[in-house]
Amino acid sequence: MTDDRKVLVRVEDLKKHFPITSGIIFSRRVGAIKAVDGISFDIHQGETLGLVGESGCGKSTTGRVILQLYRPSSGRVFFQGMELTALSDGELRLLRPKMQMIFQDSYAALNPRHSVGKIVGEPMVIHGVASGRELKERVAELLALVGLNPAWVDRYPHEFSGGQRQRVGIARALALHPSFIVCDEPVSALDVSIQAQVVNLLQELQERLGLTYLFIAHDLSMVQHISSRVAVMYLGKIVELASRDELFDTPLHPYTQSLMSAVPVPNPKVERKRRRIILKGDVPSPAHPPEGCVFSTRCPLVIDECSRIEPEYRAVRLGHFVACHRVGPGW
Amino acid sequence: MSPILQVRNLVTRFDTVDGIVHAVNGVSFDLEEGETLAIVGESGCGKTVTVLSLLRLIPEPPGRIESGEAMLYEGAARRDLLKLSEPEMRHIRGGRIGFIFQDPMTSLNPVLTIGEQIAESLVEHLGMDRDQACEHTIKLLARVGIPDPEKRYSNYPHQFSGGMRQRAMIAIAIACTPEILIADEPTTALDVTVQAQIVDLVKHLRTELGMAVIWITHDLGVVAGLADWVQVMYGGMVVERAFVDYLYERPQHPYTIGLLGALPGLDRKGTRRLVSIEGTPPELMRPPSHCQFAPRCSYAFDRCWQEIPPLLPVGVRHEVACFFNVEKGRPW
Repeated sequence: MTDDRKVLVRVEDLKKHFPITSGIIFSRRVGAIKAVDGISFDIHQGETLGLVGESGCGKSTTGRVILQLYRPSSGRVFFQGMELTALSDGELRLLRPKMQMIFQDSYAALNPRHSVGKIVGEPMVIHGVASGRELKERVAELLALVGLNPAWVDRYPHEFSGGQRQRVGIARALALHPSFIVCDEPVSALDVSIQAQVVNLLQELQERLGLTYLFIAHDLSMVQHISSRVAVMYLGKIVELASRDELFDTPLHPYTQSLMSAVPVPNPKVERKRRRIILKGDVPSPAHPPEGCVFSTRCPLVIDECSRIEPEYRAVRLGHFVACHRVGPGW
Repeated sequence: MSPILQVRNLVTRFDTVDGIVHAVNGVSFDLEEGETLAIVGESGCGKTVTVLSLLRLIPEPPGRIESGEAMLYEGAARRDLLKLSEPEMRHIRGGRIGFIFQDPMTSLNPVLTIGEQIAESLVEHLGMDRDQACEHTIKLLARVGIPDPEKRYSNYPHQFSGGMRQRAMIAIAIACTPEILIADEPTTALDVTVQAQIVDLVKHLRTELGMAVIWITHDLGVVAGLADWVQVMYGGMVVERAFVDYLYERPQHPYTIGLLGALPGLDRKGTRRLVSIEGTPPELMRPPSHCQFAPRCSYAFDRCWQEIPPLLPVGVRHEVACFFNVEKGRPW
């Protein structure tokens, strides 16, 4: 188990509710989108925590709230023992170099009017860690580190392919020697053969630089490939969290089970024999989540209790957390 | 089994300000009745342009179908889709060939109700009157698994979720019981649990209606449980085509091998590095004069840079376009 390892990031009962307002001149609050609704977990030094879930489950919001890009509605986030949620914006800025982010859409994340050299160098200029010749050298070094030709510093984002642009985004994230990086669907927009290049790069960088990742993705097989532990989210809640092998060998939550059974396997013989759990309907709106267990409306194992009482998120084994009434302590 | 569609030497180009884009460079394939063919490839490989050319939905200009033929069989009689007039094509699209696209939101008309859009096809192709069409539409909605079909008939596309919209698209596609269903990345924009629902639905309908299916995707996972034949495309050409089991068991083209190696599979333990294909996809600004994959291929030798490898059989139900025998480690 990894529990004895140093905790780098701790999340406690984190919530982020976005208000829904109505009216144009006098806007009033008529409800809330419960994007993240009370989640707790630790991220250990040097590990990759995979955060997986379908669109709208709150996984990206979680990443952003941890970095305080959105301030949470309630709950606390600790980074290296410091409570980020209690810090002012100015104090946070001093910590920003240590926690960075890689975005899904590298085209939107890079300023089209800036050269790659400026994009990668900007964090160092803002934080005053390098200038002049040293800055140039450092930019060249970073480009080489992510597998780009250092001679391309004067090129603009549109001159690069999707995979190369994602490398630029990675170089920028690495500029200030971070220890923690939130990777928000970093390979989802890329072609399969390019995905593999970027994922391999992320793993190499982690080994070389001792990075800690929160890897957000909807692709279960990619998460399995890269993560040491995996958290499964559904409608703003974490329904299950366990070490990679334990989660994939013995998934306990019915949502995790159906999610896994829905992932196609690239093997025709296995596919023909597989029995799928096909969920009915769609994910409910986070503005009106179901009473009790959030998964109760689609769960194949639903009982009376599920639609009345919210299941407790608890450890059923060492390091294996699950929130489900149907999973007993004897599992 | 008899062929229903036979495509030979299809060449499609686009005239752009930067020059001519050689999108499809001589694609040939057969589709038999009731069979499912998957066309697999990455963005820009020409898989979508291939089927849009068959349906004559390529905007001309800038697009241009340079040459080739696409024979649609009706018993012993056959007609070349590429030579039909627009009114004749209209009869075929939505009639004998149904199609669904990746993004149902842009394919559906936002100002017409879902019901009207399905009924339109019935009135147009089958000559039903309004009431008959309405009644039949409700049956179709139920058939593609939309709950409350009477109520849903008068909903607009924005009131449907992504998965439901794709179901509505499928209802339009199968309205006239087509012989061929063309599905262009129908599940790419959907979540995995919804993808599983849609794949399941298409499998059911395929058996029920006895349709042949052309399923275009970049995902070799989805295809494994769905296709009879898999055709891998790269740079506007078919590089490998095989019976589904053979393609996954013994892929022969270095590109196919790379694609399969790049997949992190749930049935494998993820400790190994993924096999990545170095380099980037071809630009297509010049007509191919050598193997399109040669610049990224670790097996490439002189000949690969001099001529285009033809698609040749390497075994039963297995064809590959490569000069190098990867299994033996030497040229064929």
